[in-house]
Amino acid sequence: MAKDNNNIATMIRSKQENKETDKTNKVVLETDKLTKKFGGLIAVNNFDLKVSQGQISSLIGPNGAGKTTVFNVVTGIYKADSGKVLFQGEDLAGKKPHQIIKKGIARTFQNIRLFSNMTCLENVMAGQHCRSREGTWSSILQTPGQRKEELEIKKNAEDRLKQVGLWRWRDELAKNIAYGNQRMLEIGRALASNPDLLILDEPSSGLNDKESEDLIVFLKSLVKENLTILLIEHDMNVVMGISHWVTVMDEGKKIAEGLPEDIYTNPQVIEAYLGKDEEEEE
Amino acid sequence: MKSNKNINQKNSIFKNWLVILVAILFIALPFIINAYWIDVLFFFGIYALLGLSLNIVLGEVGLFDLGHMGFMAIGAYTTAILNTSFGIPIIILLPISAIAAGAFAWLVCSPIIHLKGDYLCIVTIGMGEIVRLTLNNNPFGITGGSNGVFGIDFPSLGSIFVVDNSTKFYYYIWLIVGLTIVGLVNLQRSRIGRAWNCIREDEVAAESTGIDVRSYKLLAFLLGAGLAGVAGNIYATKLMIVSPESFSFMESCMLFCIVLIGGMGSIPGVLIGAAAISLFPEVFRTFAQYRMLIFGVAMVIMMIFRPGGIWPRKRGALKFESLLIKAGEENG
Repeated sequence: MAKDNNNIATMIRSKQENKETDKTNKVVLETDKLTKKFGGLIAVNNFDLKVSQGQISSLIGPNGAGKTTVFNVVTGIYKADSGKVLFQGEDLAGKKPHQIIKKGIARTFQNIRLFSNMTCLENVMAGQHCRSREGTWSSILQTPGQRKEELEIKKNAEDRLKQVGLWRWRDELAKNIAYGNQRMLEIGRALASNPDLLILDEPSSGLNDKESEDLIVFLKSLVKENLTILLIEHDMNVVMGISHWVTVMDEGKKIAEGLPEDIYTNPQVIEAYLGKDEEEEE
Repeated sequence: MKSNKNINQKNSIFKNWLVILVAILFIALPFIINAYWIDVLFFFGIYALLGLSLNIVLGEVGLFDLGHMGFMAIGAYTTAILNTSFGIPIIILLPISAIAAGAFAWLVCSPIIHLKGDYLCIVTIGMGEIVRLTLNNNPFGITGGSNGVFGIDFPSLGSIFVVDNSTKFYYYIWLIVGLTIVGLVNLQRSRIGRAWNCIREDEVAAESTGIDVRSYKLLAFLLGAGLAGVAGNIYATKLMIVSPESFSFMESCMLFCIVLIGGMGSIPGVLIGAAAISLFPEVFRTFAQYRMLIFGVAMVIMMIFRPGGIWPRKRGALKFESLLIKAGEENG
């Protein structure tokens, strides 16, 4: 009961924040009739998605709805069969993942993908790869410019590690730290590329209640710094707690979108998640 | 915190002394040992250089390359043919061999670079064998078939500085190994080395972190092949003859073992591995017939007890001065 009250409280809070952010409603990411097929399976079917600047948008849906596929198409891991992905008005078709992160879209993965045998600091330093440019020869000869850039990378990485609260684990291998910390490290690595849009694939899966709450607070603090976030989430508490806008997906199609509180009561959404009421069917 | 710092300082002082000691030993060695052992140490140097070159591809990026001798063959034959036919000085051919081997690697590896693990391994075996067989078949009459090419000059800088005896060759190879080590350590500590390691750890994540996986893999092959080409050049001038059977598949396997024994991606490890491969057979010459048996047993035992190699690269050991200072603030 207490938890429910808490939910409503956070919902009201997010509603207030909605009003504040409504002014800056510029669309950052947009997919236009996106379709992706795997053989005979249509994983994503004419899917439209809009992500507004400075907001947290969520993409929810039952298992196998095609959410991760949408993410993979947006970040260039898969090629769309038809339709467009527009980021800040620019078509991302044919761009490779490493080019897309340079444009300003950073992502995390559903099953954490860290560089496990490298230290936490190195992981975050690697995240800045697309923002640095010293080449092979200057690295072999260790020119002054290269040293300066390397020092800058280190310093930024230190700041990012502190930001995600992993400073004390800086010299520990990424595979040795706790699961929750690994999630945060992955977010830290994504943030290190100074993205405009952060795409999180189920950031709270595997986290306990306390860690989820910390995550919510952290993501909100990011949005205050004018970062835009798009996330896939299963945990309804997280979705309703932080989203400004929710898009619901089922079997590759968009079935609803709107403010979190509207989605919460939308009969189509409830149907997708819980199935149809049998009496109604008859 | 203070004691920690002291330990770090002590460690680095100890390491510096160790490096200096080894350096003095290496310079003094030719005056102590006989010519035979100087030659053995020369080949240790060649294997070290080849091991370091394969370490870029296999150790840093994790690409299985079992045809590395093919790149060395390209370097060696480039030197041999250009020197004997056109009389181009060896010292000029040193970078040219590297470029030729690198260009060959780029050409052959571009179409196969997306292959993973075992598949890449198989293709590189094929590549190495094709190089050897092509050289053996004497295309256009320039490689001399199975006899090879002979009469290669000594490396020289003008007429005063000529590398013409074992001792000079010993210093020559170890000078180049030393320079290579400095360059590779610098690379390891740069964003390039980091990108390579990221690819080894997780390719998809590396690509999503902004690393152009394809280009960096090709770069590794290019540098690795270039270094192997340098090794080929020195090898050719030392022996004054190159023939296809020097670049057999077994030799590529040996290089693979050097990196695995030493520890993938670890430069001291590669040196130890090269020592094991090149010095071990000489030390145990009396047991020559059991050599492969002992070697095999040693490999099995090592894989059980030290799967990471004899001297694996330590990750936590990276030194960041700024971090040491700030660590105190956080603890307090």
